[in-house]
Amino acid sequence: MRVPMSWLREFAAVPGSATGRDVADRLIAAGLEVETVDEAGADVSGPLVVGRVLEFVEETHKNGKTVRWCAVDVGAEHNEQRPSHTDDGSTTMSRGVVCGALNFEVGDLVVVSLPGTVLPGGFTITARKTYGHVSDGMICSARELGLGDDHTGILVLRPDEAAPGDDAAAVLHLRDDVLDIAVTPDRGYCLSVRGVAREAATAFGVDYADPAGSGVDEREDDDADGSGYPVRVDDADRCPVFVARTVTGVDPHAPSPRWLQRRVQLAGMRPISLAVDITNYVMLELGQPIHGYDRDALTGTIVVRRAEDGEKLTTLDGVVRTLDPDDLLITDDTGPIGLAGVMGGGTTELSGSTTAIVVEAAHFEATGAGRTARRHKLPSEASKRFERGVDPRAPWAASRRVVELLVEHGGGVADSGMTAVGAVPPATAVDIDTTLPSRVVGVEYTPDEVTRALTSVGATVEAGAGPTVTVTAPSWRPDLTDPYDLVEEVARLRGYGAIPSVLPMAPAGRGVTSGQRVRRRVERAVAAAGYVEAPSYPFVGEGDFDALGFAVDDPRRLAVRLANPLSEEQPLLRTTLLPGLLATLRRNVGRGNTDVALYESGLVFRRGPGTLPRPPRLPVDRRPTEDELAALEDAVPEQPRRLAVALSGAREPAGWWGPARQVSWADAVEAARAVASSAGVRLRVGNDEQAPWHPGRCAALYVGAEVVGHAGELHPRVVQALGLPPRTAAMELDLDRLVGADEDADAPVRAPAVSTFPVATQDVALLVDSSVPAADVEAALRAGAGELLESVRLFDVYTGAQVGEGRRSLAYALRFRAPDRTLTADETTAARDAAVAAAAERTGAELRGA
Amino acid sequence: MSAPNSEYDPVEVSSLHPDEVARMVSDALSAFEAARDLDELKQARLAHTGDRAPLTLANREIGALPPQARKDAGRRVGAARREVGEALARRQAVLEAERDERVLVDEAVDVTLPWDRAPRGARHPLTTIQERVADVFVAMGWEVAEGPEVEAEWLNFDALNIGPDHPARTMQDTFFVAAEGADGADGADDSGLVLRTHTSPVQARTMLARTRQTADGSGEPGRGMPIYVICPGRTFRTDELDATHTPVFSQVEGLAVDEGLTMAHLKGTLDHFASSMFGAGITTRLRPSYFPFTEPSAEMDLQCFVCRGASVGDPERPCRTCGSEGWIEWGGCGMVNPRVLVACGVDPERYTGFAFGMGLERTLMFRHGIEDMHDMVEGDVRFATAFGMEV
Ligand SMILES: [Zn+2]
Repeated sequence: MRVPMSWLREFAAVPGSATGRDVADRLIAAGLEVETVDEAGADVSGPLVVGRVLEFVEETHKNGKTVRWCAVDVGAEHNEQRPSHTDDGSTTMSRGVVCGALNFEVGDLVVVSLPGTVLPGGFTITARKTYGHVSDGMICSARELGLGDDHTGILVLRPDEAAPGDDAAAVLHLRDDVLDIAVTPDRGYCLSVRGVAREAATAFGVDYADPAGSGVDEREDDDADGSGYPVRVDDADRCPVFVARTVTGVDPHAPSPRWLQRRVQLAGMRPISLAVDITNYVMLELGQPIHGYDRDALTGTIVVRRAEDGEKLTTLDGVVRTLDPDDLLITDDTGPIGLAGVMGGGTTELSGSTTAIVVEAAHFEATGAGRTARRHKLPSEASKRFERGVDPRAPWAASRRVVELLVEHGGGVADSGMTAVGAVPPATAVDIDTTLPSRVVGVEYTPDEVTRALTSVGATVEAGAGPTVTVTAPSWRPDLTDPYDLVEEVARLRGYGAIPSVLPMAPAGRGVTSGQRVRRRVERAVAAAGYVEAPSYPFVGEGDFDALGFAVDDPRRLAVRLANPLSEEQPLLRTTLLPGLLATLRRNVGRGNTDVALYESGLVFRRGPGTLPRPPRLPVDRRPTEDELAALEDAVPEQPRRLAVALSGAREPAGWWGPARQVSWADAVEAARAVASSAGVRLRVGNDEQAPWHPGRCAALYVGAEVVGHAGELHPRVVQALGLPPRTAAMELDLDRLVGADEDADAPVRAPAVSTFPVATQDVALLVDSSVPAADVEAALRAGAGELLESVRLFDVYTGAQVGEGRRSLAYALRFRAPDRTLTADETTAARDAAVAAAAERTGAELRGA
Repeated sequence: MSAPNSEYDPVEVSSLHPDEVARMVSDALSAFEAARDLDELKQARLAHTGDRAPLTLANREIGALPPQARKDAGRRVGAARREVGEALARRQAVLEAERDERVLVDEAVDVTLPWDRAPRGARHPLTTIQERVADVFVAMGWEVAEGPEVEAEWLNFDALNIGPDHPARTMQDTFFVAAEGADGADGADDSGLVLRTHTSPVQARTMLARTRQTADGSGEPGRGMPIYVICPGRTFRTDELDATHTPVFSQVEGLAVDEGLTMAHLKGTLDHFASSMFGAGITTRLRPSYFPFTEPSAEMDLQCFVCRGASVGDPERPCRTCGSEGWIEWGGCGMVNPRVLVACGVDPERYTGFAFGMGLERTLMFRHGIEDMHDMVEGDVRFATAFGMEV
């Protein structure tokens, strides 16, 4: 809502010394979000005057442009000693001005910026030579003056508006401070000058004159004798009040007064015609949306009713709208003529020939008007107000004001009769304990202060039993329905600055959960291992799954779909972190960050095949039952937290120490090991084939018997499809399953027995089939070696002619130690032989050189 | 070794003569002194203390002397050998020290050579600021609550006093989940699910979990009141990415429900939070506002931690962080609307609550001078790396 200060001052006796900024500060403290204070017209200075065109010569120049060389009377104070002839044959002094516009006649009043004038944009006027003349000023267009967009010609004033030499800034009402207020949904009454002025008056503690008077005027109400335009309301719930008045004999060519146009324009609307400007003006002033109908285009009784299924209406914006049975309509005998409270129709629109106007000022129920506006995507000035709550008593005053202005400025005649259907819904009364504000806000308010505060916002307060009072909110405050709403009024009138700062004492808490702790630990470990965190958006598309090589029936294609995605390419929610992470990797490489290792920890979204269950619509006037909540929970998709890494380029850069070490599948597997070890979970690795990994370089990651993720080098086709560097590697695992994997994660660790007896070392080289995983050989050695084994380490892998085709040699260092004695050579050898025997039995290993 | 020879004339054994012994000592000492390194000293040692050295030979000849002369000669030769041995040890120590020094010099390297073989990783400031916020509150006894990102509409809106027709429901530009093959049991053609538009549903979830009843004995009963939780997390609105907006953003919200809580406790909590994050003495300011889930509601401004208000009205000292306003809009807050307490099973006659929330992207932007949202969401490693492991 944009409120010109001159308008606000008509109703609130704000001190003359208070600037727009001062008023804004008080309003902000009272809870209105004043975003800016525009100093309209402040960018115009210097001698901007009214001039009369005395005579002109039209000259067409070589460039094809026609200009007028004008003699303009700009008043005795400003005229040069340059006599010119006037219409009536007399002679007067003038100035010579070149003008490129042709939309004026001799005798017209125009606006002249004399040399020294500064116009919006810092444009300074000087006397300058142009088209062979010295132009001693400039005749201005509306746009050049900051009065809107009109630049089709110069601004021509009406003959009775001013005289040559008058200060044009005053004539045009150029200067005003405008408060731009973002009105929150609970303060619909502040979508009017009336409401904002009331807040300003309260904030300054000054007098306020309500432009709506007492609202319903009983005398006028009595005049509703049925002689007005016939109206019938079929849905009184959605339209409790409908007031109609008629004005006839309006001059369709009568212009809007300059001040009215200017205020409408400063308030952010475009001046159009007298009748339209007046309906907008009254809406801005009182917050009551008004609709004007061309009476001669109306046929029969105006009926307010719900739409029938499939009914159609062409709204003022020229769009044909198919109506919903929930839409409330204004109709006449021809059918729908308007969407109630949202937008009128084209057939009864006020036009350039309208002389008889039926003025509608009706009250429409808030949520219904909101639904219709949303359904048809028509957030209009009217629907915006109805949706936030309009004063149901305002239609009488508002329609009267429209009629008065049409009579005064359009030469119309008010019909004696009026129509008023329905009645103002009774206000609800709220009981409030006067100690409640103190108990909620933490500031002491006396019962007297509570009563005074509520009275000052327009409520009536009646004493009740004990500390309780009964409060009836004013008709323009439909938001005041609960005791807590009243608490806010009390608190904001004293000011939130009065609230002290007291730190509450929370009881001893449980700290972060084990899951939260593990997540922190894991993410720190991954970062410490050289990975940079890169959170990505969760939006993906089928194309991402195709690029990753997911099979048609891959369960990861079962994704939650958005009804209104930002991009039609990515309407799904991720089931894997890889699309976003790999896109980030590619972006980094594109920016020259070629050696890159990234990680992301985030939620993915799972759904089963078939129908998505819908959560029940639960009540809000009580706590749902456990069964109701369980049904709700069942419908929320599973959202496990996963962690992924992706890396490419050099894992270790080239340096003076030697060449770089390029990223390999092993780095991705190692990242998984780092995650598992920091989570305190034992990870097992097995060979696997899974998209999007290279089928020969893909590790399944196991915790116990369960696969929790995969790691390795990406499939070359995936690398190509996504434009990634060759040999890009990636890992992704389910972090939630690591957190939950170790039941005893929070149990204290049992300390190991640290033996101080000497270690005995044995190296063995085992020949195995190349297809035998090293992890299996190691597991066999561990199983066979028995309790004396302290550690196993694979220190060499050899393939080549010496071991034969399809075979490889794995060399292990075995360390043995006893807790209570020094091992003998025989004991060590026996343990080693047992280990080798187990490897032989389980994996077919042969001891090399045996 | 020669055997004792009783017929040997001591006068003839010239090597045991005092002058001769003194000369042997003198020769040895000169040789040691002349040795320039440990190798030369080794040669000198062999020449003057080895098996064939004059003093060694002289020592052997003592046995050949008559008994009366042995004692005298033995003492003389013993003293001489001791003197030579000590001189050798001294010289040995000197030369070893010289050698050690030379080796250390020879082994010197340029330790400014870079050894950056292991690349540095980093955590994203959006993650680390969540941890920092959590730590501030956990230190006060609060707990950290989390919830899903795809959320039931009832929890995201209805339970928070944002009814189906509430204007706030459109204000928030919600991502709705598509109803694919909706069961239509209640005639609904929507999924009833959204991407959460704020972390407030976590507050509702927390209250509902605390008020769980187990009349039939199944499951754990709720822990009851009071509640002091902080809820960080990702949230979603249908804004296109630009310099100041992102459709995926992060919030942190706080909720306290207890007996006797007032807006003064809200203000105290926010002041403590502000000074923990932005420096001792930094406070907050409340302005009346509107949110459906709080009543009274307030906008919360943070005192500018750069100029502390000194830039206001002083064109000589403009402040970029607060635009010379002295205050920075930080978030929204208020007392939990009793309607929300009722929907979540909390008795509004007995308990009051307060809640607050702020955007973490915005917080990072003004705290660290980040000028463009793109930097925050694009994942360029140079951005996160600048922040390291904590913010
Ligand atoms: Zn500042």
